[in-house]
Amino acid sequence: MANRTKQNLISLAVGFLFAIGLGLSGMTQPHKVIAFLDPWNWDPSLLFVMVGAIGIHGLAFMMLKKRASPLLDTRWHFPTRKDLTARLVIGSALFGLGWGLGGFCPGPSLTSLSSGNFLSVVFVGAMILGMLIFKKTESLLKLRD
Amino acid sequence: MDLNSILPSLWGGVLIGVAVTVMLYFNGRVTGVSGIIASSLTKPNAEGMWRWFFIAGILLGGFFVNWVRPELFANLSGRSTTTVAIAGLLVGYGTVMGSGCTSGHGVCGLSRLSVRSAVATITFMFCGFLAVIFMRFLSGGF
Repeated sequence: MANRTKQNLISLAVGFLFAIGLGLSGMTQPHKVIAFLDPWNWDPSLLFVMVGAIGIHGLAFMMLKKRASPLLDTRWHFPTRKDLTARLVIGSALFGLGWGLGGFCPGPSLTSLSSGNFLSVVFVGAMILGMLIFKKTESLLKLRD
Repeated sequence: MDLNSILPSLWGGVLIGVAVTVMLYFNGRVTGVSGIIASSLTKPNAEGMWRWFFIAGILLGGFFVNWVRPELFANLSGRSTTTVAIAGLLVGYGTVMGSGCTSGHGVCGLSRLSVRSAVATITFMFCGFLAVIFMRFLSGGF
């Protein structure tokens, strides 16, 4: 089997596992996300999603970064940039506003599509539109990449 | 807060950590969902095919969760369709502009101790608080 085919099958399995993790964690319930971001009615349980995910992946990254390459590719693809840009901060701020308004971020909203939930369909449609609008208007912003 | 609400979140987080580690160990890739969705639309070539497989995996995983635990997709937020549509536009626009979301910056980036991802995560969490406070203000519910 060619490496590319294996990479595709790994991606399929990772997506499947990732979606189960998101569902179990509570991230696919927008009211839980909103309660996590609400100082008046704070529900800290979603903090433990980060604890679990970063606990595992932080340790794994420390061990893996010593390897010359991943198993199915000739090089690593993780970003190595260190510069802080206006684009990074403004983009993250807009994302945060949307996250608090809707209670959805990209992964959980995509996972929720499979439930047929109407609001998740609206959210994902609008999100894809927002992505395409950014790509179309990127050159007008005059912000350094 | 009690153990019954913490433990599922912790185990879900562990599964997410394992999933993104498998992606890194085998494919050498960051599991950033916003980047994967955006690039699957703009770069639909053979080299980028893994992104469509990842999206298919997420949707299959979603079907599985909906089959065994449909209550995990309950949306009791009370947000209107218009609010959710505006939220989606902001999330799509912002994540491509800021090069990542909760998964790419919040999980993968923080695990690599990336300063850019730490700044992004603090920013989107803070603005998430602001948006929730704003919605409380609109509904008069402080």
